Amino acid sequence: MVLFVNLTPRYEQMHICRGIIVDTPEPVGYLCPMIRVENLVKTYGRIVACNNVSCRLEEKKVTVILGGSGSGKSTLLRQVTGLEKPDSGSVFFDGMDLTCATKKALYEKRKKMGMLFQGSALFNYLTIFENIAFPLREHTKIADNVIKNIVTMKLEMVGLRGTEHLMPSQLSGGMMKRVGLARAIVMDPKVIFYDEPTSGLDPISTGVIGKLIKDLNTKLGITSVVVSHDIASSFKIADNIIILYYGDIIAQGTVAQIQNSTDERVVQFVTGAPEGPISFTRTDASYIDALLTDNDKTTGKML
Amino acid sequence: MNLDIVAFIGRTTVSWIQIVGRSGVFLFLAVFQAFQRPVRMSRLLKEIEFIGSKSFLIVFVTALFTGMVLALQGYHTLTQFGAQALLGSAVALSIIRELGPVLCALMVTGRAGSAIAAEIGIMKITDQFPALEMMAIEPVKYVISPKILAGIISLPLLTAFFDVVGILGGYLVGVHLLGINEGVYFGKMITAVTFADIYGGVIKSLCFGLLISWIACFMGFSARPTTEGVSEATTRTVVVTSLSILVVDYILTSLLL
Repeated sequence: MVLFVNLTPRYEQMHICRGIIVDTPEPVGYLCPMIRVENLVKTYGRIVACNNVSCRLEEKKVTVILGGSGSGKSTLLRQVTGLEKPDSGSVFFDGMDLTCATKKALYEKRKKMGMLFQGSALFNYLTIFENIAFPLREHTKIADNVIKNIVTMKLEMVGLRGTEHLMPSQLSGGMMKRVGLARAIVMDPKVIFYDEPTSGLDPISTGVIGKLIKDLNTKLGITSVVVSHDIASSFKIADNIIILYYGDIIAQGTVAQIQNSTDERVVQFVTGAPEGPISFTRTDASYIDALLTDNDKTTGKML
Repeated sequence: MNLDIVAFIGRTTVSWIQIVGRSGVFLFLAVFQAFQRPVRMSRLLKEIEFIGSKSFLIVFVTALFTGMVLALQGYHTLTQFGAQALLGSAVALSIIRELGPVLCALMVTGRAGSAIAAEIGIMKITDQFPALEMMAIEPVKYVISPKILAGIISLPLLTAFFDVVGILGGYLVGVHLLGINEGVYFGKMITAVTFADIYGGVIKSLCFGLLISWIACFMGFSARPTTEGVSEATTRTVVVTSLSILVVDYILTSLLL
């Protein structure tokens, strides 16, 4: 049975300490969440990307945020990582509210995060080796020979040892994602965020990326937050699943709970059924009116 | 109808003021962060190589032919007054005061300015700025500050190179082609060119260097994250920078004279 109510318990008032909001201790009996999102609201004009979203992303677990295109999952990820500020609400990471943290404090926390971007976001003017070594060179004073060994180890983990000298443009999409993953884990982060890690990949590359995510979680204990719309691979790797629909969380729970859900929206999303409560068309305007009128309804101009 | 025009003018004005304000804050942040630790000298040198060293050839060719044309035109004009001896000083003063800084800046705008805007725009499209942020690296400090500093450093050096090559181009045509005495060509030049002329050229090239890198970086950074956005940013960079160079040149000339 999926829990449709908010799983987040009521917390005591947060302490405000020198301008930085510090999280209160967890109530007894709850698993410690790595990240706690509370009442997050984000709008772009009239579009509500996050509508009072609250959720817990637990430590050493793989949490997959699922949703269709435009459901607000990437927006939620950008709020959680502090890349964007929400209109209201809080994101607690490792005990600190990222929404009102100073840049310095935020960057300190970011050293514990890694992120795999949808397009890999590799620096196209650097070789694969330099891309992976980049965070080490910027944040540490590790000797070059040690950096070489670390990069080799990370490339071995993603199965791309031997590509050090290549440029990103010489790699396929799947290989670029794996290099992006190697760069994301090079600083040994506590949590890795994955933005659509399997989109646009062939089935084998999808399987490889899925296995890597799971391995990093089970073998290194890295907390993983995956944004995806790939149901099959998500069910394979997830411990917990959150389903978003137009900025609202419509379901959250374990894989089994989601699979056994009786909510029509969840069933439609999981089965990929074209008919159901989640409409294919995005407008409420009448189709007949749209065919019969010569003017654009929003601008009033002739089409 | 009249209200529409007023509304349009108002919207355009507000939009321009916003752009000027945003670009001002952007420049302030880039310059402020350039001097904050850690200072990345390797990034700065790389940008100087890109804006400066790689522009040598285009600046060389432009300067050479500008000097040659100036000598040719100058000779035929001065001959009418029997003042061919002044050719050296005419070429040198034109190049050092005006043509050197302006043409050099326009060439660098076309070569490096557009490339900077495109590079930054593509970095934006491909999420490289958020990637830097996720690695706890300030994108403005890492990407923008070195480019702006490199522009300020490179342009005076390129302009000095332009001046030398331009004067040599004039020498080739004036002395070897048109038969003016070598001593007269350089002698008149030495007496005519003062330190204030060179100083004025350096000031101009410093300002143009800042303008090129500032506008190119800002256009790239504020480009829409689409392919059209990048192409628009590149075009705008060349147009806005070229026009700004000409306008600022007039203002600086009027102040320096």
